[in-house]
Amino acid sequence: MLTKIVRGAALALAIAFTANVSTASAETYQIDTKGAHAFIQFKIKHLGYSWLLGRFNTFDGTFELDEKNPETAEIDVTIETASVDTNHAERNKHLRSADFLDVSKWPTATFKSTKIETLGEGKAMMYGDFTLKGITKPISFEVSHIGGGDDPWGGYRQGFEGRTELQIADYSMMNLGPASATVEIYMSIEGIRQ
Amino acid sequence: MSRSLKVSHGKMTIAIHWSFALVVFGMLGLGVYMVELTYYDDWYKSAPHIHKGIGFILAVLLTIRIFWRVAKGAPEAVPEVKVWEAKAAQVVHIVLYLIPLILIISGFLISTADGRSIDIFNWFEIPAVLPASKGMEDTAGLIHQWLAYSLGTIAVFHALAALKHHFVNKDQTLIRMLNP
Repeated sequence: MLTKIVRGAALALAIAFTANVSTASAETYQIDTKGAHAFIQFKIKHLGYSWLLGRFNTFDGTFELDEKNPETAEIDVTIETASVDTNHAERNKHLRSADFLDVSKWPTATFKSTKIETLGEGKAMMYGDFTLKGITKPISFEVSHIGGGDDPWGGYRQGFEGRTELQIADYSMMNLGPASATVEIYMSIEGIRQ
Repeated sequence: MSRSLKVSHGKMTIAIHWSFALVVFGMLGLGVYMVELTYYDDWYKSAPHIHKGIGFILAVLLTIRIFWRVAKGAPEAVPEVKVWEAKAAQVVHIVLYLIPLILIISGFLISTADGRSIDIFNWFEIPAVLPASKGMEDTAGLIHQWLAYSLGTIAVFHALAALKHHFVNKDQTLIRMLNP
């Protein structure tokens, strides 16, 4: 009796889920931070002589994607600023301080897309609001579709990459010199369809 | 004035006491100064380097001081001092040993939080003791910062208390920390 009820419920749920998926135009993808198939890295010049590389280890987000209408896509990412990692504890501590990210006051940075213009060949221009240290600025950058499809474990994934630049002075950070005014950000984002 | 160790601190304690006071306030000043330096300042790299080196010297000094104190004990309070005053002074003295100890350890843990060693004046390196730990530099940093401010404040009260003994009570408390 019990197994019958459970089976019935499971079937009903499966039908509801399938119906939902087939009618929805855009599907929700969870950024795969759990399996660490998503990266937010940055690089900034040290004195103008070399690149200093770092990343944010903790972030979270989702995107909506209708493969037939990619210009309707939306993405929403929240970065835990304290997770900044440049492979040097003393420097990470300094980056978390009020001289840079001021993480105790501003624990998160966010990006919310506002508009996407497709450029063809899997490329698009993404517009959105980026908020860091409570300062929100509209930014735009090119994103590329890397690939997508079924994964070997029954899921479905899509992956994108994008690059942008920020002026650290815009976010009231310590002056690192003229050669180090710009920080480049690289994102590689894989999402699992929900 | 009696030369007996019961009332006198002895040359060794006096020497360590005053050098410790000098170095502790120097380190507090250097610490507050160095975290405000701009990136292109001449002292940006050397000030923390010196701070760490002196921190090591302080660790040696504190170790000697604690051993000396345990071995020789402290002289009794001057006769004019009330019982509660002597007890309060005892507590302050314990705190004045304990805080520098935790300050030195927390400072060491900031710089070694990722398993890096500390370079002491380019003489030698002290390796990390604890395994690299996520966020240890922040916890150790907060402890280091607030204990440094606390030590500065307590040391000022400790000095004010000594001056009060000298100018108000007109007893030997301060004198005997100057003359062995």
